[in-house]
Amino acid sequence: PELRVLRSQLTGHGRPHLRPSFPHHQGARPCLHACVCVFVHVCACVITERLCLWKVLSGGGAEAVKRNKSRNKLLPRERIDRLLDPGSSFLELSQLAGHELYEESLPSAGIVTGIGPVHGRLCMFVANDPTVKGGTYYPITVKKHLRAQEIAAKCKLPCIYLVDSGGAFLPKQADVFPDRDNFGRIFYNQAIMSAEGIPQIALVLGSCTAGGAYIPAMADESVMVKGNGTIFLAGPPLVKAATGEEVSAEDLGGATVHCKTSGVSDYFAQDELHGLALGRNIVKNLHMAGKEGLLSRLQIGNHEYKEPLYDVKELRSIAPTDLKQSFDIRSVIARIVDGSEFDEFKKLYGTTLVTGFARIFGQPVGIVGNNGILFNESALKGAHFIELCTQRNIPLVFLQNITGFMVGSRSEANGIAKSGAKMVMAVSCAKVPKVTIIVGGSFGAGNYAMCGRAYSPDFMFLWPNARISVMGGAQAAGVLAQIEKSNKKKQGIQWDKEEEERFKTKVVEAYEREGSSYYSTARLWDDGVIDPADTRTIIGLSISASMNRATEDTKYGVFRM
Amino acid sequence: SNSSSENQTTHRIEKILVANRGEIACRVMRTAKRLGIRTVAVYSDADRDALHVKSADEAVRIGPPPARLSYLNASSIVEAAMRTGAQAIHPGYGFLSESADFAQICEDKGLTFIGPPASAIRDMGDKSASKRIMGAAGVPLVPGYHGKEQDIDLMKSEADNIGYPILIKPTHGGGGKGMRIVEGPNEFVESFLGAQREAAASFGINTILLEKYITQPRHIEVQIFGDKHGNVLHLYERDCSVQRRHQKIIEEAPAPNISNDFRSHLGQAAVSAAKAVGYHNAGTVEFIVDTVSGQFYFMEMNTRLQVEHPVTEMIVGQDLVEWQIRVASGEPLPMSQSQVPLSGHAFEARIYAENVLKGFLPATGVLHHYHPVPVSSTVRVETGVGQADTVSMHYDPMIAKLVVWGENRAAALVKLKDCLSKFQVAGLPTNIKFLQKLANHWAFENGIVETHFIERFKDDLFVSPSNSKSAKEAYDAARLGATLVAACVISREHSVLKDNPPGGNKSLSIWYSSPPFRVHHCAARTMELEWENEYDSSASNLFTLSITYKPDGNYLIKTGENWSHCMEVKAADLGNHDFRVETDAVSMDVSLAVYSKDQTKHIHIWHGSHHHHFRQKIGLELSDNDEVQHKPSFHTASHPQGTVVAPMAGLVVKLLVKDGTKVEEGQPILVLEAMKMEHVVKAPCAGCVHGLLVTAGQQVSDGSVLFSIKFRKMDLSNGEGVGAVK
Repeated sequence: PELRVLRSQLTGHGRPHLRPSFPHHQGARPCLHACVCVFVHVCACVITERLCLWKVLSGGGAEAVKRNKSRNKLLPRERIDRLLDPGSSFLELSQLAGHELYEESLPSAGIVTGIGPVHGRLCMFVANDPTVKGGTYYPITVKKHLRAQEIAAKCKLPCIYLVDSGGAFLPKQADVFPDRDNFGRIFYNQAIMSAEGIPQIALVLGSCTAGGAYIPAMADESVMVKGNGTIFLAGPPLVKAATGEEVSAEDLGGATVHCKTSGVSDYFAQDELHGLALGRNIVKNLHMAGKEGLLSRLQIGNHEYKEPLYDVKELRSIAPTDLKQSFDIRSVIARIVDGSEFDEFKKLYGTTLVTGFARIFGQPVGIVGNNGILFNESALKGAHFIELCTQRNIPLVFLQNITGFMVGSRSEANGIAKSGAKMVMAVSCAKVPKVTIIVGGSFGAGNYAMCGRAYSPDFMFLWPNARISVMGGAQAAGVLAQIEKSNKKKQGIQWDKEEEERFKTKVVEAYEREGSSYYSTARLWDDGVIDPADTRTIIGLSISASMNRATEDTKYGVFRM
Repeated sequence: SNSSSENQTTHRIEKILVANRGEIACRVMRTAKRLGIRTVAVYSDADRDALHVKSADEAVRIGPPPARLSYLNASSIVEAAMRTGAQAIHPGYGFLSESADFAQICEDKGLTFIGPPASAIRDMGDKSASKRIMGAAGVPLVPGYHGKEQDIDLMKSEADNIGYPILIKPTHGGGGKGMRIVEGPNEFVESFLGAQREAAASFGINTILLEKYITQPRHIEVQIFGDKHGNVLHLYERDCSVQRRHQKIIEEAPAPNISNDFRSHLGQAAVSAAKAVGYHNAGTVEFIVDTVSGQFYFMEMNTRLQVEHPVTEMIVGQDLVEWQIRVASGEPLPMSQSQVPLSGHAFEARIYAENVLKGFLPATGVLHHYHPVPVSSTVRVETGVGQADTVSMHYDPMIAKLVVWGENRAAALVKLKDCLSKFQVAGLPTNIKFLQKLANHWAFENGIVETHFIERFKDDLFVSPSNSKSAKEAYDAARLGATLVAACVISREHSVLKDNPPGGNKSLSIWYSSPPFRVHHCAARTMELEWENEYDSSASNLFTLSITYKPDGNYLIKTGENWSHCMEVKAADLGNHDFRVETDAVSMDVSLAVYSKDQTKHIHIWHGSHHHHFRQKIGLELSDNDEVQHKPSFHTASHPQGTVVAPMAGLVVKLLVKDGTKVEEGQPILVLEAMKMEHVVKAPCAGCVHGLLVTAGQQVSDGSVLFSIKFRKMDLSNGEGVGAVK
């Protein structure tokens, strides 16, 4: 009868709807000397009734739930529901963890964990409940989190962390922090699983302070929600105490800071629903991550694909004849990928390099394209993205239109050579199929980082307007003229202006001739000059040909940090 | 005779070119195929993939979409016939069907025109000439005075002779200008002078004609048929009184509420009319019937096969297109007047792509879902389109003709209503709901029809926002519709997931079983459906539904404030787009259509006699422009706010504005060349460019100040504000 009352109350208030598991017991108290079968039922029945399951399911109480809603945030189970494939099941774990464990009640130990499918891919969910003690980690919370990771590691399930936590529960720090299976083990597990190719994805939907900051920072990919999501090692009050700096939470560690400037996070979400949608997208693009080669090769068979929304023939007019004029490489991507659908990775960070996931004739690909000079950030972003693709066995497509890495004193001081080296290292070691298309310029070290001929792309093609050389003709002429001048000076010869100009013109002309796509293709520096309108087809055929081999694990050398 | 039958065999038609499009082209080809005659379609560029093109044995492109350049282009049509070796051309209706010139060209080129002789088309095409001929043949005309003599006393006496009410009409012009209805002799002089003045002012000519004004007219027409041997008969009449914008929408045969005597008088008059112009092939003589006096008068003759010919076919059991082809090849009519049967009653409803509420304005769009009712011996669907076809702006927006037959009028009407409620069209607005209202109206049910029917009963036929009772009923029906949509969509989702789990991994199908599993509770979800409410377009028509998956597989669906409205629904997916739903122990069949258009998912449901249209947003309407990102409130750089520094060392190539210029946010200020690329430096905010000291050709170093944007407070208070007031 108690259950019935509760149900009717629930029905009217949109609360979780309790399933009446054992209606035949509703009238009478169970007797203990019943058969085993009934005994099992009895236990369940007792649990259902006495432990007020609905209380557990509704989180940290009406007040906290209301406050949570006022911040445009969903409850953890609602968040998971929106990540799961519509109409799919969810195997929730240890719902009653934390029951009568502490003086204060801790519904579900303040964290919801469980397994369910996203885009047909089983994932482990770990979701903080911000309505329960601000989502802080009690000892039992840590234990539940670690158990979920243990299962994920064993079953090789991608982990999705829905982060909204104030970090460790400080009054109990002695039981949370120091021991092996305490808080720090969370990040250890993340690192180990990532190394095994089990994807680690963090959605920062709320605060993510101190130790908690490492959950997104250690993740393979992370999403942050504008306004609600924050990541910092110390919050504004602690910052003020330590340095005197007064700064708002959003300015200190909001989504803009981390997606645009610091690069701690990869995807910028306008609101929570957008963030959850981005989370689903990340799983969609996981492809073969963490799976054995053969099994997943059989699953590739995605023969249905959409044509691009834009006419591929328009690439002929996009191809730049004046290489000084920049053009958005996305206009090329939009004309070569299926349905013109491109899930851009780190869109706001290192914006001179465009990276992202797409499909070409149904085959998942990772696209790396130039949108200007490579800066430190762009190179780091490129290296990160290539790592993601190699781990997931996603072929890489390089769209080269690059004049080089940024030069100058500031750039050198920031270690541009080091950042560039990281990308070159990633490109060199990547064992996934690689296809390079030069759609504009290909100069200097840019050619290396963007998988030029020396980096063994499986195939490399040139648009007719493409130009390849170590540097631009004018720049080379300037450099060579300066050397010649100083040589002559040593010999005591005066170089007159006219002669110098003649010398320079000769160099420029040579670079002009040797840089042309026809000069290149005549010497087999590439696999052909192509009509830009054929780019999509040629990439599709090339990748298909390169897939005709067993997948190979990528191992990287030492990254200079 | 023997000799004539030998003659006919030499004129046998073996291949017909159909010089038309849409349903009538398909209709003609169907009969031709049955007779073993090969068919040739012609098409414009807009119709390349149209049904009539696919239905034909051969098809010839005749021009670009505008009808003037294609379906009205006589020479290219004739050329198409010559190229494909067609011996005859069927013109259908509309386009060139009543062009005497076209009939003549066909004749000259040795092609058989399946229609009347060019002379008859010419005679009947001229309104006043046709009336003269009919008057001479003794066919009754609307009493009136068409004389040149315009003396007011004479006109008055003519009017008195004709009898009141009378219509005063200028001979020239149109659009109702100068027209007046005179109720009695006392009003005549004043109205006449007024009409003269207005006619003179509008058209420059003030000649007036008088006609008897018929207060409650009916539009009744008689189907006639003649052969080349001088035989003419009639195939009874059709009532086409119910019209909108002078276009028929529901036709029936025979006409309701007339006596057999009247029927045969009408028929005889029509036969005399046809004989007067030496008619052969199919034709229609239109009469206006005065329901008050019971008199009928000749209006005009249509020298073609009419749109509504199927209702006649249904009651006489004949194929008129077959008759047309036989008569055109010289055969005599297959029966005599007394042998023409008359059986039962037939209706035709024309289904148009149109906006009923916007004055029946033609609509265009894609037929995302098109499921007409199944055809049988008593239900015909004449259509020229299929699912996914486009109704374009180039041609008539008719989608289909629904034709039903019953033992008597009442039986046919029951069938009409049933078929209308099951006729599924989604993707563009149609008049189906309006046709349903018409068919359900008491006056129509009783056969009380006249040409002003829609105007007279407009309060019943059109929705009125002030009618709160019907608005409430409509809302309740829509809420039920939304509830059923939710149940069906989820049930379909499960049947799809079970067979094709996402990612194609069948071993995961257990995760997609129904109902979805949750530990110690039931899975629930919400769904938002936006309803297109014709009663109140201003109010929020969003239904938010909470769906709980019950363990028995049913859905508990809650709507309204505080989820006050609760309903348990069971839905079984019958495949295709059909479902069986059960609520409160009542089960029924419903159909669903789902398609996406413009970032919106459209869901249509047909339940009971209702059809509801809901919309759902696809994805999220978001953009990650810089505008919506958070802008830090602090300044890290040592420069004051608005200062712009060189993003890298480089050469200033071009200055795009002068110092002191007022600029918008994001406006390009100068172009910098570095690393072989041009970089455009833009204004970070709106304001005035200040301290722009660099010049073209100047080298700048990384981080050096280029200019700053000064935001003057004056601008805000005076500048644009005052400008707007001026």
